[in-house]
Amino acid sequence: MPRKTLIPSGETWTPGCTVSVQMFAYLEKSVPPSDDKRWKIIAATMRKLGNQRHALIETLHSLQQSFGYLDKAGLTYIATSLRLPLSQVYGAATFYNHFTMKPQGRHACVVCTGTACHIKGAQGLLKWAAASKGLRPGETTADGEISLLTARCFGACGLAPVAVVDGSVLGRVTPEVLNQKLGEAIRSAH
Amino acid sequence: MLIDELKKVAAEEREAKAAVGACVNVCGAAGCQSLESDAIRNALVEAAATQGYGPESCTVRRVGCLGLCGAGPLVSVEPSGVLYQRVQVSDAADIIASINGRPVDRIRLHEKIPFFARQQRIVLENSGRIDPERLEDYIGADGYLALTTALSERTPAQVIAEIYKSGLRGRGGAGYPTGLKWSTVAKAAGTPKTVICNADEGDPGAFMDRSVLESDPHRVLEGMAIAAYAVGASEGYIYVRAEYPLAVARLKTAIRQAERLGLLGNDICGTHFTFRVNIRLGAGAFVCGEETALIASIEGKRGTPRPRPPYPAESGLWGLPTLINNVETYANIAPIIRNGAEWFAKMGTERSKGTKVFALAGAIANAGLIEVPMGITLREIVYDIGGGIPNGHRFKAVQTGGPSGGCIPDEFLDTPVDYETLTKLGSIMGSGGMIVMDETSSMVDVARYFMEFCMTESCGKCVPCRAGTAQMHRLLGRFAERNAAPADLALLESLCEMVRSTSLCGLGQSAPNPVTSTLRYFRSEYESSFAPEGAR
Repeated sequence: MPRKTLIPSGETWTPGCTVSVQMFAYLEKSVPPSDDKRWKIIAATMRKLGNQRHALIETLHSLQQSFGYLDKAGLTYIATSLRLPLSQVYGAATFYNHFTMKPQGRHACVVCTGTACHIKGAQGLLKWAAASKGLRPGETTADGEISLLTARCFGACGLAPVAVVDGSVLGRVTPEVLNQKLGEAIRSAH
Repeated sequence: MLIDELKKVAAEEREAKAAVGACVNVCGAAGCQSLESDAIRNALVEAAATQGYGPESCTVRRVGCLGLCGAGPLVSVEPSGVLYQRVQVSDAADIIASINGRPVDRIRLHEKIPFFARQQRIVLENSGRIDPERLEDYIGADGYLALTTALSERTPAQVIAEIYKSGLRGRGGAGYPTGLKWSTVAKAAGTPKTVICNADEGDPGAFMDRSVLESDPHRVLEGMAIAAYAVGASEGYIYVRAEYPLAVARLKTAIRQAERLGLLGNDICGTHFTFRVNIRLGAGAFVCGEETALIASIEGKRGTPRPRPPYPAESGLWGLPTLINNVETYANIAPIIRNGAEWFAKMGTERSKGTKVFALAGAIANAGLIEVPMGITLREIVYDIGGGIPNGHRFKAVQTGGPSGGCIPDEFLDTPVDYETLTKLGSIMGSGGMIVMDETSSMVDVARYFMEFCMTESCGKCVPCRAGTAQMHRLLGRFAERNAAPADLALLESLCEMVRSTSLCGLGQSAPNPVTSTLRYFRSEYESSFAPEGAR
């Protein structure tokens, strides 16, 4: 039977088999999209979980952490490595809010829009960002410096409203504080 | 590690702690850490050194959440028990100087205030008292004693019977009896079984699980290990939100430490019991708090729920029997095993036993984390513990249960808090988020906020939830813009009922709750949002 020889190795092709080659495209040997060292981190994540299909979400986390966002080359690499259809990988990548497929700015400003922050003025922070920086959630400034994001809740509700600039949590934020912190972040990187 | 070795380590640890003159504890949970408590800790260490305190006379430690997050960063001094609030780096020298003198009044937070005095701490008993990154601290506080006792002295059936007798109910929100769930999993056919800890705390405004994981990670691991022993599982997963990096880091440390001492891993306590814990990161999907969606997510798929039955107890992860409990439920296990079911069942009300941790936030003087016995009234929580509404505002409503809960107005403030009464009031216990609102909050706006949340978080699998939440959000938008017609109100009400009764999972079934509860108690706010005749 052609099936028997085709699936385990992925190399044997029996003439006369009625199954299309395309269906088994994911059986190709997976090769990282480039020789960037960061691909090794992603390969290590998959290996640690035995290259099993359930490693998908952990691997997507690893990809986003290494490159800042998910791109097609990365998703295809993961799909081939984990022997998953690309559609399923894309499906998971777009289902979860945490994953983004857009390149991010050099600095990330995440405004919490949880209930406590909502009541204590998170909308004011977003309005300020729209008015002074022309940024709406999910957008990046034209110079690629700041990306504005929103989060559901950081669990720091006692300090509402909360914003996170480059990973550090700011409590009781006002537009002035946010402006100052973003300025500091940009200056310190230069 | 055997039980005798464990007791020896605990005794040594307590002795070492008693030998130290004073102990300065700095809160190192995410709230205070964001207010630079790490810098304060370094300043305290430095100040202690310059003032001539050696390691035997004063230690500066990082501890878990001290509770009153709104007044952070918090510092406590032992053995005097003095607490300091809103501490700055410049206060470090004064705090150290006060160890053998008068407390620093300028930043003192009185530890006898009702916020602390009225609480009853079981889940949080170690929170703020031990260093979450030191296993020895936890062992010194009777940590892992329950696990070793259970393994060496009790059968799995006895453990389940104990939990059943305690009356503990699931702290994730639905309140299913924990002992019953355990015995179903234990009886279910199929191996290997799995134990899952649901730490996907998605409710905005709730941070109990984050605090427990950051302050006392070993407590949760111990609870999971006892559960695994009871139901016959050998593999465990903690599904934790990616938004909680500190909790994830501390869990990883805790797992490594416990494995090194043989409290997790192979042949625990010299028995044949084996238990491994894995961490899986969530990726920002609220629906993954639903157990079947959570399982799908651990399996690497999109987090969409499926119809139940079969319940995960019979067919869960990889189609095998799976036990899923919330962080707080697991945190209750060790004290129940240690102190007995009767001790636990003495607390709380007839049908809701024990204590509950609430995250108090919003328009309230003392925002933070509290643990109170079940049956306490909302008034006690808001006014005594919470310190009332600041800035001269008036209480309007308290929102419990997040996007699945409802708003409770002031005429019901004297209701005792337990699973049944909150449900009767049109809200739910939920995981424990409590957002207090004053008269400046519009109830229509609150309802729209939660509906927007449910609309964006709906996974899209079933139509009533996917389309219904979008339509309800659109209708609520009309009310918020004062552009609604009376027919919109009728439509909104019928949609609420339809979505509630026909959705697949808890997200959809409870999505109308914020609307129905505000309609029930604040209907006039909706009715005053009708557009004037002719303007429509």
